[in-house]
Amino acid sequence: MSVAQLAGGRVPRVARRAAQREWLFIVAAVVLLGIVVMALFGPLLAPYDPDQLFVGPSNGAVSASHIMGTDDLGRDIFSRVLSGAAASVFAPVVVVVLSGVLGATLAVVAAWFGGWVDGVSNRIIDVIFAIPGLVLAILAVAMFGKGLVAPVLALSIAYLPIVSRLVRGGARAELGKPYMAALRIQGVSSGAIAFRHLVPALLPMIIAQSTIGFGYAMLDLAAISFLGLGAQPPASDWGVMISAGQASLLTGAPEQSVFPALLVVVTVLAVNILGARVTAWAEGKDS
Amino acid sequence: MNRATIRPLLGKLGGLLLTLFLASVVIFAALQLTGDPIAAITGGVRPTPELIETIRAQYHLDDPIWLQYLRWLGGIVTGDLGTSFVYKTPVVDLIAPRIGITVLLVLYTVVLIVVFGIGSGILAARRGGATDKAVLVATSVGVALPTFVVAILLIWLFGRELGWFPVYGAGEGLLDNLYHLTLPAISLSVLYIAYLSRITRGAVVAQLGSEHVDTARVRGIPSEQIFRRHVFLNASPQVLSISGATIAGLFAISAIAEVAFGIGGLGSLLTEAAARKDLPVVQVISLMLVALFVVVNAVVDVIIAAIDPDSAKPRRNA
Repeated sequence: MSVAQLAGGRVPRVARRAAQREWLFIVAAVVLLGIVVMALFGPLLAPYDPDQLFVGPSNGAVSASHIMGTDDLGRDIFSRVLSGAAASVFAPVVVVVLSGVLGATLAVVAAWFGGWVDGVSNRIIDVIFAIPGLVLAILAVAMFGKGLVAPVLALSIAYLPIVSRLVRGGARAELGKPYMAALRIQGVSSGAIAFRHLVPALLPMIIAQSTIGFGYAMLDLAAISFLGLGAQPPASDWGVMISAGQASLLTGAPEQSVFPALLVVVTVLAVNILGARVTAWAEGKDS
Repeated sequence: MNRATIRPLLGKLGGLLLTLFLASVVIFAALQLTGDPIAAITGGVRPTPELIETIRAQYHLDDPIWLQYLRWLGGIVTGDLGTSFVYKTPVVDLIAPRIGITVLLVLYTVVLIVVFGIGSGILAARRGGATDKAVLVATSVGVALPTFVVAILLIWLFGRELGWFPVYGAGEGLLDNLYHLTLPAISLSVLYIAYLSRITRGAVVAQLGSEHVDTARVRGIPSEQIFRRHVFLNASPQVLSISGATIAGLFAISAIAEVAFGIGGLGSLLTEAAARKDLPVVQVISLMLVALFVVVNAVVDVIIAAIDPDSAKPRRNA
């Protein structure tokens, strides 16, 4: 069970309201741009080799030469945060894309054929929905071993029902519209109706859903890495860094955990604000 | 509840059992077919072919998968949960001593979520003004604070700076347990308190602005009574459904707090078992979590149906 399943993938009302404030939206967009730059060019921007031990003191405080301090092994935290950004950002993207494609396909097929196909698809979705996302991820780790691959695949499946339920509803509504009947009467082939008209009409909804899903996926994946089941040390995935820094917390050196944690929280907040914008755009398109 | 509400519920019960059955098949088959039990059982020691034979026979690994499934399910029903690959002890002996602490942690968390989530939501909705603003700001931050982030902040703050609460282990005896579980429960609850607070506030505000409440006011009914009988009761299905889903999921995400604070509960056992490919343990705990999740959600559905019979009727677009 993640917040994703709880919220049914909807934008929290808080974020919806926040998205109406222009300055907040601009801040969120700038933050996200920064995160994307980190994810793409992180290793190039890093001032130190992220895996080089003792470039500074053990658990060194924030200073001019180490702007986020150094970790228990004397590695530069800022460099590690930069080099870990790629995995921390792209893994949730994979989850969102996979669950979006799978969920939307299932939903469109179910809405298109109806009848027993719809029934079977509903049953599949019920079963997936009955397994909390975290449990599914842990199951996948037990199957395929520790690492990011298993949790990413598991979460793609865990998020599928959210996308699928939403898109199925949208697809049924779209199929019921007069222009669909008109297309059929004109003799447009089923394939053309499905791929040139139905799917494009549903895309804004799927994109909006994916934006919101990204934030949730990021939190879930970081939690799994925090549990020690996702990315493995010495990788500098943010979840791993948060977990690895736990011992240093008690010695009064919170930097190793707190900076990556802050990045996760800020990224998710920014994505939620952007997601609210995208949802408003998608809903505007619909009417 | 009349017959019209009970029939759809019976249908739901059937669907629920089918879902549980299918989920159990998925959990069992997925692990049984892909896992490498021999490596987990021998713990990395290179086994001789004879040893492999013995192990396969001992764990019935050569039987067809459906027979293995039936034996597993039959065992669970009769209380035989199998044998851990790693510890070589009955799974039930691993689970039994750990259930209590997880249940206690979840209950503690639920109390915090219900009291502060619903409480602050109602407060914000009824007081409005500065109180509403304050709750809005607090919950806006709260919904972005996942368990592991709150956990490390609390460990830093209390473990190092303040020292009011222990940050490791579960303690001994109920009172000491509760003392030890305070920070884990807070770390699990923050995000959901914020979320439930928003939901509650929204539901209550919607009711406060509705015509039937205006009517009650015009009739001169005391505002306390209006709130209890007209506002809160009508807002409760929405609040309950979110609370229920939260509670159902807490048994799973409890793992994060257990690992962060070094508590030997079900979640930390599941995490460790998954890391070591201890399939029998993973299968049983996963099934328990899924069953709990499904049952709690169903119970909440029934309660909501009792309050609001309309919710039990099949929705047209659902």
